[in-house]
Amino acid sequence: MSSVPHDHVAGHGHDDAHIHHPSGIMRWVMTTNHKDIGTLYLWFSFTMFMVGGVMALTIRSELFEPGLQIVEPEFFNSMTSLHGLIMIFGAIMPAAVGFANWMIPMLIGAPDMAFARMNNWSFWLLPPAAILLILSLFVPGGGPAAGWTMYPPLSVEMGMGMDLTIFAVHIMGASSIMGSINIITTILNLRAPGMTLMKMPLFCWAWLITAYLLIAVMPVLAGAVTMLLTDRHFGTSFFNAAGGGDPVLFQHVFWFFGHPEVYILILPAFGIISEVIPVFSRKPLFGYASMVYALAAIAILSFLVWAHHMFTTGLPTAGLLFYMYVTMLIAVPTGVKVFNWVATMWRGSITFEAPMLFALGFLFLFTLGGFTGLVLAIVPVDIQLQDTYYVVAHFHYVMVAGSLFAFFSGTYYWIPKWTGTMYDERIAKIHFWSSLIAFNVAFFPMHFLGLAGMPRRIPDYSQQFTDWNMVSTIGAFWFGLSQLIFLYAVLKCIAHKGAKAPAKPWEGANTLEWTLPSPAPYHTFEIPPVIK
Amino acid sequence: MVRNTSGDATLRRSLISGLAALGATSGTAFADTAWNFQQPVSPIAQQQFDLHLYIFWICVVIFIGVFGVMFYSLFKHRKSVGHQAAQFHENTTVEVVWTIIPFLILMVMAFPATKTILAMKDTSAPGMTIKVTGYQWKWNYDYMEQGFGFYSNLSTPLAQIENRAPKGENYLLEVDNPMVVPVDTKVRVLLTAGDVIHAWWVPAFGVKQDAIPGFVRDSWFTAEKVGIYRGQCAELCGKEHGFMPVVVEVKSKDDYAKWADEQKKKVAAAADDPHKVWGGPDLVARGEKVFNDNCAACHQATGTGNAAAKIPALVADAVVLGPSVAQIDTVLNGRNGMPSWKQLSDTDIAAAITYTRNSWGNKAAEAVVQPAQVLAERK
Repeated sequence: MSSVPHDHVAGHGHDDAHIHHPSGIMRWVMTTNHKDIGTLYLWFSFTMFMVGGVMALTIRSELFEPGLQIVEPEFFNSMTSLHGLIMIFGAIMPAAVGFANWMIPMLIGAPDMAFARMNNWSFWLLPPAAILLILSLFVPGGGPAAGWTMYPPLSVEMGMGMDLTIFAVHIMGASSIMGSINIITTILNLRAPGMTLMKMPLFCWAWLITAYLLIAVMPVLAGAVTMLLTDRHFGTSFFNAAGGGDPVLFQHVFWFFGHPEVYILILPAFGIISEVIPVFSRKPLFGYASMVYALAAIAILSFLVWAHHMFTTGLPTAGLLFYMYVTMLIAVPTGVKVFNWVATMWRGSITFEAPMLFALGFLFLFTLGGFTGLVLAIVPVDIQLQDTYYVVAHFHYVMVAGSLFAFFSGTYYWIPKWTGTMYDERIAKIHFWSSLIAFNVAFFPMHFLGLAGMPRRIPDYSQQFTDWNMVSTIGAFWFGLSQLIFLYAVLKCIAHKGAKAPAKPWEGANTLEWTLPSPAPYHTFEIPPVIK
Repeated sequence: MVRNTSGDATLRRSLISGLAALGATSGTAFADTAWNFQQPVSPIAQQQFDLHLYIFWICVVIFIGVFGVMFYSLFKHRKSVGHQAAQFHENTTVEVVWTIIPFLILMVMAFPATKTILAMKDTSAPGMTIKVTGYQWKWNYDYMEQGFGFYSNLSTPLAQIENRAPKGENYLLEVDNPMVVPVDTKVRVLLTAGDVIHAWWVPAFGVKQDAIPGFVRDSWFTAEKVGIYRGQCAELCGKEHGFMPVVVEVKSKDDYAKWADEQKKKVAAAADDPHKVWGGPDLVARGEKVFNDNCAACHQATGTGNAAAKIPALVADAVVLGPSVAQIDTVLNGRNGMPSWKQLSDTDIAAAITYTRNSWGNKAAEAVVQPAQVLAERK
């Protein structure tokens, strides 16, 4: 563990960027620097975002009109399965860890992450896992085609692509657990003197709670897929009724992981939004303490609601009622967060730079996704909507317009600090409006499809669903292409094509990272700042 | 498929106006497009329909309230209009209020939902029970109480799926043998599966229940309108998951009775051809099993009956040794305490009778009774 060095000469830290690390490719393979590792995570995430995006567009192409045109049904099913797995484990989670790596040490005045070498290993486990996932498409039997949820007995029937997926999940789980241990240790031990827990930027709180969630549930997922593996190959019957098991047991175990997982995907996004909104409102975050309590409440409740994914499995009446009530209860702390964000803007002095635009887009659309979540929590309504496009619409509102928009917001917010160059505001605004409109064109019609009865995970559909599917496909391509604008905006910063960023480009910002020069030196806060 | 009527016209209008941005597609192109739940035809589906709109409108009101405030703030509290930022950052009263009020709203939502859940889960006192089994990729409907059942397969031609022929009206939502139920009857469905998990879903009835291999789950519906209702498998079950529709035909009670009768006749006809002429030893062999399964409980495997219970011995019995017509009549229609056995097939009855005429020392003059003779005696 790299403790805070007390013996360094002041000023030395700003100058040694070119001395202590290898150059070229080995810089990235060997790095133990939180900024380098953050960069690796973010680029890995963007790459997977593109791969998962191509899969999404394959799905949308097939669904453009009724009939089978582009892909075979089995391949279509592997596309939906891998799209889910890659976006969740390859795009959103690594992006959140990338932000954590870059920002947590700088936000709390620490020199680096607590376990610098483990940090390197956490990242470098991910590429092999991603390769396994993608490779699964090319092995006998094809890719995993049982959905990202991998329900047995269907997943037991799959070819060896499912085994590769199981191993990929194991590896990504190990990576997440190590990353989480690192984040928890860093936050609990390496805060600058004077920075009490309740003075931490909310992004750190969000990640602290997320990291505990990860440590709690990743082993559960590993257990579930290991049971799947032994059912597939070693004659066990965990999920086989003929051998005394129960297929529904898998669903209980999976969703005990799966529901906290959705908060793992969204809490870091909450953290970013909680940083951005006060800065561009030029006003302190409203209800800091209640924001922390709300995060904790959401995290605790997330362990008690898993069976709301299983309302059609035939739960007992008491189970239906319990899981419905607790699920509805999550609306209370989530509501508190939304109200606090709105109250933060109230009587502020608001400007609309790209980070703020994405934060507002997040707030508006995530809340919409929250409402459809509430609709889905109502058991009798969920009976109609479960496994339809309404659910697909719901989770894309919270995952894409929620998490992804928050990450765009965070990228534009911090990229001046990362690269030393201001992003191009005009291009970023085009990216925002294009993404916002395209997103809604792609996903809003899915609500209607679900209500009207279109099941998810089907490669072909009856004709009354045609119009909305066409609209959705157009929106999806538009949304996908819009992300090339983002890539361009980021590359421009990296190439230093743009205005030089000052140390503090945002008038309303007052967290520690803005006390450092832009770009942030390779080593920062070797002497901890003192917080009054 | 039944779609919107007046019930959701308001919703539809509001959604259309909200989507005016989608100018790419003209209004008329959407004339046949679905927007909301299918028109419900069962009490539970109706409750689900109403509950959804109830929750929907509450959400719309909250949404407008919260984002009304936000957009007001975005408009009035901009830096570009010279607004100076206030510096307040907490207010315990406000925070307590906006924690408690959502909680109360949730209670208002939960109350009607709870009532519907209790109704949904009450599968007691059904008028009939049908066992539904999901297979990759078809459904089996077993009318257990009535002794018949059949498979239900997609009937859309492959040419339509592969775009070699124009698609029909019920493309992917049509089957060879639909499930048939009587109107206004509480139908309990027992669900299971033969391979992987499927889900049986008929939107108009408000029923979606997973069919889980190795376990039996139940659900119920009462269809209140004659018609054909279409749904689909709702749980990913492999490559043909999108191609195993659920079609239920609701018939009037009379039409249903006629249909059920035909099914029973078909089953009986399929089981054994009553016009087949059997050899004596074959009939005796089959008859021994039929007798031991159905008759021996009273008449004893030895044919000696039970004098204490007034059950006559068949050994050296006059009816058994006499003309076959009287014995066939006894078995078909019962006699004194003996019940009718007409639910057995003609072949089984002929076999059992032939067995009694050639066993335990019986040597009837008319030793072999053919199924055709039993058929002739049925009314």
